Amino acid sequence: MIIKDKVKMPVLNKKIRQTNFEEVACGYDIELAKLEAKRCLDCKNPKCIAACPVQVPIPEFIKLILEDKLDEAYYKIYEDNILPAICGRVCPQEKQCEGACIVGIKGDSVSIGALERFIGDYALDNDLSKNETIIEKNIKVAVIGSGPAGLSASASLRRLGYDVTVYEALHDFGGVLKYGIPDFRLPKNIVTTEINKLRTMGVKFEKNVIIGKSITIDQLLNEYNYQSIFLGTGAGLPSSLKIKGENFSGVYYANEFLTRVNLMKSHTFPKNPTPVKVGDNVAVVGGGNVAMDAARTAKRLGAKNVFILYRRDMDALPARLEEIHHAIEEGIDFRLLKNPVELIGDKYIVKQVKCEIMELGEPDKSGRRRPIGTNKYEIIDIDSCIISIGQLPNPILRESTDKLDVDDWGRIKTNVHMTSIDGVFAGGDVVSGAATVILAMGAGKEAAVEMDKYIQSKKQ
Amino acid sequence: MYEIISKKVLNKDVDLMQIKAPLVAKNAKPGHFIILRVDENGERIPLTITEVSDDLVTIIYQKLGFSTRLLGKLQVGDSISDFVGPLGKASHIVNEHKIIGVAGGVGAAPLFPQLKEYKRLGKHVTLVIGARSKEHIILLDDYKEFCDEIYIATDNGSLGQKGFVTDVLQTLYQTHTYDHAIAIGPLVMMKSTVELNKKHGIKTDVSLNPIMIDGTGMCGNCRVSIGGKTFFACVDGPDFPGEEVDFDELIARQSYYKDEEHICNLGLE
Ligand SMILES: Cc1cc2nc3c(=O)[nH]c(=O)nc-3n(C[C@H](O)[C@H](O)[C@H](O)COP(=O)(O)OP(=O)(O)OC[C@H]3O[C@@H](n4cnc5c(N)ncnc54)[C@H](O)[C@@H]3O)c2cc1C
Ligand SMILES: Cc1cc2nc3c(=O)[nH]c(=O)nc-3n(C[C@H](O)[C@H](O)[C@H](O)COP(=O)(O)OP(=O)(O)OC[C@H]3O[C@@H](n4cnc5c(N)ncnc54)[C@H](O)[C@@H]3O)c2cc1C
Ligand code: SF4
Ligand code: SF4
Ligand code: FES
Repeated sequence: MIIKDKVKMPVLNKKIRQTNFEEVACGYDIELAKLEAKRCLDCKNPKCIAACPVQVPIPEFIKLILEDKLDEAYYKIYEDNILPAICGRVCPQEKQCEGACIVGIKGDSVSIGALERFIGDYALDNDLSKNETIIEKNIKVAVIGSGPAGLSASASLRRLGYDVTVYEALHDFGGVLKYGIPDFRLPKNIVTTEINKLRTMGVKFEKNVIIGKSITIDQLLNEYNYQSIFLGTGAGLPSSLKIKGENFSGVYYANEFLTRVNLMKSHTFPKNPTPVKVGDNVAVVGGGNVAMDAARTAKRLGAKNVFILYRRDMDALPARLEEIHHAIEEGIDFRLLKNPVELIGDKYIVKQVKCEIMELGEPDKSGRRRPIGTNKYEIIDIDSCIISIGQLPNPILRESTDKLDVDDWGRIKTNVHMTSIDGVFAGGDVVSGAATVILAMGAGKEAAVEMDKYIQSKKQ
Repeated sequence: MYEIISKKVLNKDVDLMQIKAPLVAKNAKPGHFIILRVDENGERIPLTITEVSDDLVTIIYQKLGFSTRLLGKLQVGDSISDFVGPLGKASHIVNEHKIIGVAGGVGAAPLFPQLKEYKRLGKHVTLVIGARSKEHIILLDDYKEFCDEIYIATDNGSLGQKGFVTDVLQTLYQTHTYDHAIAIGPLVMMKSTVELNKKHGIKTDVSLNPIMIDGTGMCGNCRVSIGGKTFFACVDGPDFPGEEVDFDELIARQSYYKDEEHICNLGLE
């Protein structure tokens, strides 16, 4: 029998949310999880698995929940995805696993993400970790960057017996999981606990090391004797609107704004000395996850009015569905079909944003209807503006590494995960451009397999 | 953790520290900088690498606000939480002969490795150094070791000429010519030096000090307008051709958090 309606996940009261950074979605308890698990039809040909970038065996782990075998459910997921508590929270499920679920045709699809999160949290709460015997190879490999791509590559390499060192440029590990995605979506202690698990497995972590600057790729290979290197340096460089007034004070790129809050904890200022200020009226430019995170963060910092300025319509917003819902609940004002053309300031401080009003034309390459200018404009008074329109890889590695081929956007070119430098592999946002956590993890895992093959072939 | 190996109080406002940081020292060149956090709640603040010997990195900092004052409270044997680098592009050393370095206040620290490098390459090196008073002039003895000429300006006339470095330059240009200038100090000082030098047909490199966070090109906080284009000072700089810098914009960006910095400082009283 098909149960059309999903079991809703409890969420934090809207009022409380206005001012605090507590997680909004509270997660299932065992009863709710089982109720939801019952909705899975255990399909013979599960479409959901095919739509998951790392092919988590979804019906199998869901069945284990129904059988009260939660440990086993965790180990089942862990084989393909080492970070279920994280992916369960942040995957764009409606475009991946849940988007393909059969039950979704006539009703709500099975809440695979919520169930995966339930298992991930269960494992964290009970300190579950798979007892794996690692057969040491005593071969050194280096992983650059500690975002999802780097973490997943290092776990896979370590399980294969390699002596793995992760180098991270910042003073904390986790990449975007730490500095980008806010606490109210992904509490930071989850990321820290997962990283500590990798430490227990024997992965070494070095912070404050910028590869290309502190140590070059060449030095890693020739002085430090790493037999192979994985580059998971992400796409940190913010894209600019290329409009007048973008360098006025009060204009932030989302990365700066979110880093101040998430990594530097400026919402607790002056307890933490890094400040942030938004004022009463905040414009956020963009419609993706980053824009939603910036808007909801600004609201929590006390902004009275937060506008999302997006040049297409509601249906085209690229953000996760759940984030859009939560943003609406929190009173974020979606001003759609608006394209900022100029930031207007006074004494170099931003005061207004001028937007062109857009219309939708024929579908473009992305399949979405193309926004077209109408030559009509609107001016909005603002105290700050947060630009969240995409990111590209930063230039440090390519500028410091001869022979590292990149494309016109600075993304590293790879062939079966190997870069143009022998023995140096890459994956995640630095190869794909800004994408998703699970795609980065998938790339890290696959690259690890190729690194192993490469090292084995060299030994022969 | 990064240990403080030595500390020298240069004057009431400025200290020198040697920090043990082998991975910063390894590839450091003149013009590079570091970012440090004093403790685990600390701000990330950028400081120029003034010298490197073996595993030790020398920094010279002015106790201006919360973080630099907090750093100043630490002693030899203490450790700081984070210390990362070398960051930025190494200074662009031009192939000109008569070089004039202009230092304002603590700007004498970042200028030091650059001028020394010019001397090492056999150039004729002149220093114009300015500060509020005699006590605020730093590194003078170290500069004396290699500079061909040194001129001093103090606001109160307690050492050298009374006035600003630009006053000294104006007098100097009546009788001397130079091929290339480097100016490092407060933004207003760099701005007026560049304007004066422009009149005398001298190109001036400046070292910009916008507020930074990561220092890896990730946040965009450090952006500066150079010749109408946007650059990230942490990866594209910090040195830029002075004539093209939009100083007024940068001055505004640098003081955006003045009120907050004040609140922080109250915590230290
Ligand atoms: C605000 C925000 C919200 C997002 N929300 C979602 C979401 O809900 N769901 C989703 O699936 N995806 C989301 N994403 C996208 C997702 O976070 C990224 O696709 C993913 O993190 C990419 O992983 P990565 O490991 O390739 O890179 P990153 O996570 O960017 O990690 C790269 C790491 O490498 C380090 N590094 C860079 N250069 C060097 C160097 N030279 N030496 C040493 N270390 C270096 C960086 O400091 C960083 O820690 C979001 C992104 C942002 C910014
Ligand atoms: C590449 C680079 C190299 C630098 N090298 C040195 C150095 O060698 N020695 C040194 O003493 N300082 C140097 N600075 C400046 C130093 O980073 C700042 O003085 C420091 O961040 C101030 O932090 P604070 O918390 O002590 O003061 P805050 O309380 O943050 O600020 C105090 C005052 O300083 C101003 N200020 C804030 N940030 C900066 C900044 N980045 N630069 C200048 N003024 C600022 C504020 O407007 C305020 O008036 C450098 C800056 C950069 C970007
Ligand atoms: S990893 Fe993401 S896409 Fe795959 S099953 Fe889990 S939530 Fe769905
Ligand atoms: S497609 Fe849906 S119903 Fe079928 S196995 Fe997957 S989750 Fe269960
Ligand atoms: S300091 Fe963040 S990009 Fe330069």
